[in-house]
Amino acid sequence: MIPLPGKTIAEKILSAHSGTDARAGDIVVADVDFVMGQDGTSPLAIRALEEMGVSGVFDAAKVALVMDHSSPSPLEGVSALHTMMRDFGKRTGATIYDVGEGVCHQLIPEKGHVVPGDLMVGCDSHTCTYGALNVFSTGVGSTDGAAAMAAGKLWFKVPETVSVTYSGALAPGVFSKDLILHLAGELGADGATYEALEFGGPVIDGLSVEARMTISNMAIELGAKAGLMKADAKTLAWFAGRGQRTPHPQNPDADAVYERELTFDASGIGPQVAKPHAVDNVSPVEEVEGTPIAQGFLGTCTNGRLEDLAIAASILKGRTVHRDVRFIVAPASRQILLDAIAAGYIQTLVEAGAALVTAGCGPCVGTHNGVPSDGENVISTANRNFKGRMGNSNAFIYLASPATVAASVIEGRITDPRAYFGGGAAR
Amino acid sequence: MTVSARAFKYGDNINTDYIISGKYKFKSADMEAMAVHAMEELDPHYYEKVKPEGGFLVAGTNFGLGSSREQAPLVLIHANTKAVLAKSFARIFYRNAINTGLPVVACDTDLIDDGDTLELDLQGGVLKNVTQGREITFSPLPPVMAQLLADGGLVEHFKKHGGFAL
Ligand code: SF4
Repeated sequence: MIPLPGKTIAEKILSAHSGTDARAGDIVVADVDFVMGQDGTSPLAIRALEEMGVSGVFDAAKVALVMDHSSPSPLEGVSALHTMMRDFGKRTGATIYDVGEGVCHQLIPEKGHVVPGDLMVGCDSHTCTYGALNVFSTGVGSTDGAAAMAAGKLWFKVPETVSVTYSGALAPGVFSKDLILHLAGELGADGATYEALEFGGPVIDGLSVEARMTISNMAIELGAKAGLMKADAKTLAWFAGRGQRTPHPQNPDADAVYERELTFDASGIGPQVAKPHAVDNVSPVEEVEGTPIAQGFLGTCTNGRLEDLAIAASILKGRTVHRDVRFIVAPASRQILLDAIAAGYIQTLVEAGAALVTAGCGPCVGTHNGVPSDGENVISTANRNFKGRMGNSNAFIYLASPATVAASVIEGRITDPRAYFGGGAAR
Repeated sequence: MTVSARAFKYGDNINTDYIISGKYKFKSADMEAMAVHAMEELDPHYYEKVKPEGGFLVAGTNFGLGSSREQAPLVLIHANTKAVLAKSFARIFYRNAINTGLPVVACDTDLIDDGDTLELDLQGGVLKNVTQGREITFSPLPPVMAQLLADGGLVEHFKKHGGFAL
């Protein structure tokens, strides 16, 4: 008998949670370690639970609902949905993160609800963020979310895995956001549909855990089901003191079988910008430099973490936001806001002219907090630039790293940030 | 069980906004009322054409990309869509379709023209193009999905079995 080949991270996690020898293409029913919903999707999930005739959740310690998308509530309709979520929390014992706590994809790992090796689902497409923490996490619809809340399990198709390796080193002024935007440009918006991405190599090893999350967060923008990374010493150190359970990392076997293996030399990748109205419409920053902007946005589950605020603050220190630009900053969580205050980043950003809004999604989905005007260009650290994404279908959204956004809000036009990292004369 | 109906053919990359525009998403929880707008952006008469006798929605690659809104498969069901046949599907739409009870079949849709009469045997994995007199094969659904579809989706599955019974 020929021995079976090794397994990818996705196959290992789905095997461990289904009690089967799960291989790409199999359908398994697997136990989930955590279920999450946000204020746009939880109400439908709560309704689906009622329709199913289920009154509680499978384990109150393993379910959390987060008010982050329209928070604090800008409309009475949304207030009613928030009330529905709070009532659900009281009734079932599920954790509720109320107004001001932050974005779901920051809170779930930050509060230690997931640990390496876990399987979790969330009613939000960017649930793939925790792949950076060696968690198989994926976005599902509200009915799936309801079934997972009720039963603690769901069916999964075990995905094929595409391995993406980065060799070389990141140049100063180039960040993990640039790597994932570059990959979106290379593979396209359906470049990894049904598949899991598995990121690795010396460049990923060298990134902070926060910077890794930026990459996994955008796996869905390539159609992927998950954006996984192995757990290393940094991952485990990040969870020390916060994980609610003991990590059980699942790293890929050396002889794992991949659908494709891609390698990129990070040294050759500069700052990238995704142009309107598609995430895969990507160019090097040089090609869009000089495009005037009316609004800059620093925040979201992609780039609203402490390191992102630190990068922006380092560029804006002693400088000011251009008078024709509104610069909106939304820290990804209350804890990040507190840490950024303690480190002086908030002082620096606000002194430079930033408008600070509540920790949460901020203007990302366009329900409040900075809807652009007709014809305006926005440069944002978010993950989506679809037409109408920020609430106005006549606005134009460019996506970039926190460094590119910070440099651009100073200049009032899209700017190559490398000048601020010793790559040329900064103003 | 074999279902017979006409094919209504569209192109590649039909996103969830074409299936049901985001502007209707939060307007109503009444899917019958929303179904009138199904596929409106691509074909304003989809509902009128398909509702009376039912039909197969036939498309190219990457059907259903975009948001995770479950209203997308639901309005198609309420417009009397018997199944969606496409070369490939976006992942979240595919899951949502199975979970809401809408059959989805990945097959070579180049072998189908708009208006053809089709016969679908989902369990048997056979699709007959009656008009053109040929058979189109596809892999039958894995048992888990077949069971969910047979029960009428995930909510009905829960009601029927008193929980998750897969
Ligand atoms: S920050 Fe934006 S992308 Fe992230 S969860 Fe909120 S709305 Fe979605």
